[in-house]
Amino acid sequence: MAPSRSARSLRPEAPAATGDGASEAGRAAERVARESFGRLVAFLAVRTRDVAGAEDALAEAFAAALRQWPRSGVPENRAAWLLSVARRRGADMARRRAVEAGGAGRLALMADELKTAALSPEAIPDRRLALMFACAHPAIEPGARAPLILQTVLGLTAAGIAAAFLAPPGAMSQRLVRAKNRIRDAGIPFRIPEREELPERLGAVLEAIYAAYARGWGALDEDAPRLAEEAIWLGQVLVGLLPDEPEAKGMLALMLYAEARRGARRTGDGAFVPLEAQDVTLWDRDALAAAERLLSEASAAGPSGRYQIEAAIQSAHVARRLGGAATWPAIVALYDHLQALTRSPVVALNRAVALAETEGPRAGLAALEPLDADERLAAYQPYWAARGALLARAGRRAEAREALTLALGLADDPAVRAYLRARLEALANPSAD
Amino acid sequence: MRYMMLIHHDEAALAKAPPSLWGDYAAFNEAANKAGISYQPGDRLQPSAAASTVRVAGDKTAVLDGPYADTKEQLAGYFMIDVADLDQAIAWAARCPSARYGAIEIRPFFAA
Repeated sequence: MAPSRSARSLRPEAPAATGDGASEAGRAAERVARESFGRLVAFLAVRTRDVAGAEDALAEAFAAALRQWPRSGVPENRAAWLLSVARRRGADMARRRAVEAGGAGRLALMADELKTAALSPEAIPDRRLALMFACAHPAIEPGARAPLILQTVLGLTAAGIAAAFLAPPGAMSQRLVRAKNRIRDAGIPFRIPEREELPERLGAVLEAIYAAYARGWGALDEDAPRLAEEAIWLGQVLVGLLPDEPEAKGMLALMLYAEARRGARRTGDGAFVPLEAQDVTLWDRDALAAAERLLSEASAAGPSGRYQIEAAIQSAHVARRLGGAATWPAIVALYDHLQALTRSPVVALNRAVALAETEGPRAGLAALEPLDADERLAAYQPYWAARGALLARAGRRAEAREALTLALGLADDPAVRAYLRARLEALANPSAD
Repeated sequence: MRYMMLIHHDEAALAKAPPSLWGDYAAFNEAANKAGISYQPGDRLQPSAAASTVRVAGDKTAVLDGPYADTKEQLAGYFMIDVADLDQAIAWAARCPSARYGAIEIRPFFAA
């Protein structure tokens, strides 16, 4: 699948007719920044490994674009314009940093790249995937991988990334600087790993992209939908560049299944709507069709990994809600596979909830029993919410109240809190439910 | 890039290592020599029991009768390689027989 946004799809803007040329040029600069930032950073940093240097040169070029385009008009090939400015800035930096050991050599390399690009600006090779693999290298601190990909490939600011990952901006900023220094100083390569290394390395890239998506799905701030959108876009880039990797397709499918339901998971006034109660006419059918196609391509290509199984579970939910198919037994079986693969307590929890749909709440509660002592779940809100719901269905009202109260205390989303309060009230007045 | 490969051994595990370890090391040296990576073999160090650590504070020289850090794994030797990137250095570290008795720390040299 081709990425939906790429530098190649840019068209020159019609000249602004009136005095809003400045904002028009500003929007053009913003759009080209969004569309080609990662491509240009990857291109500049791939041989030098100097991500920060590439970002600095490009940041200066973007600043120059914001100053000059309102006056001189938006150039036809914006990426080439930016590269030629970045090249001059790179040469300036090379002079300034000539005393720094190794710095001059890196900048000379960067200048070489720029010279090549200036000769044939249409042929800027796409090295974004190599950049992603450098950011997700095993020698980079795991918690910095996803933020680093978001910053270098998507051009998100450290403050925006910090908000998305619930981290203090100063600490996030330092973490990103440290990771970039490490790429340069430790000699982390910009390359797509060999086939035998790919499972481990691709795993880190998928994990980083999916972590970004999960933040974008779960977080409440207004940047969240953009983060989800960017994660899906990265997934599309990845599938486009590695079309033979079933797990990349599985992960993109999984993100699209979730995204298709975004509009249905809250009511107009912001109340939480569980999957079973969602209005399926609000589901995005195009996104669902794309997810189904990706999933079937992925499962045709090879053995099922974690993302394919999770996507298959979503597909089964869709088949049940849209077509009325009895897919709960298939969902339980898929969770069994996933559990064998991940040994995750969250997967075990979801399996227990699915089991309750086929064999009743008592079977679900019995399946939860081994998890009751798991410390990792003690402060996990969905565990207590699910447990409370099963206890309520089994008629164990006092215990249900206890579990739902804990879930309420652990919830940070106001919509989820309101939903849990309503469940607690229904428990107190069973006739009203 | 040039990398210093610092071999840290679990000394207790090394003491129990089978004699075949030294045959493995000979093979590793042979392979590294022939691989075209500007391999510079290092030297083996006596165990940390033979180490002394010196620190000068003001005009006082303090000598500690032991290694710099009293940890389970101790610096036991080193070698140097010149390879394209960290991935290749990691591959050589993983091949080094000592990686099974401790850890190999990979430290890039400052570029000349």
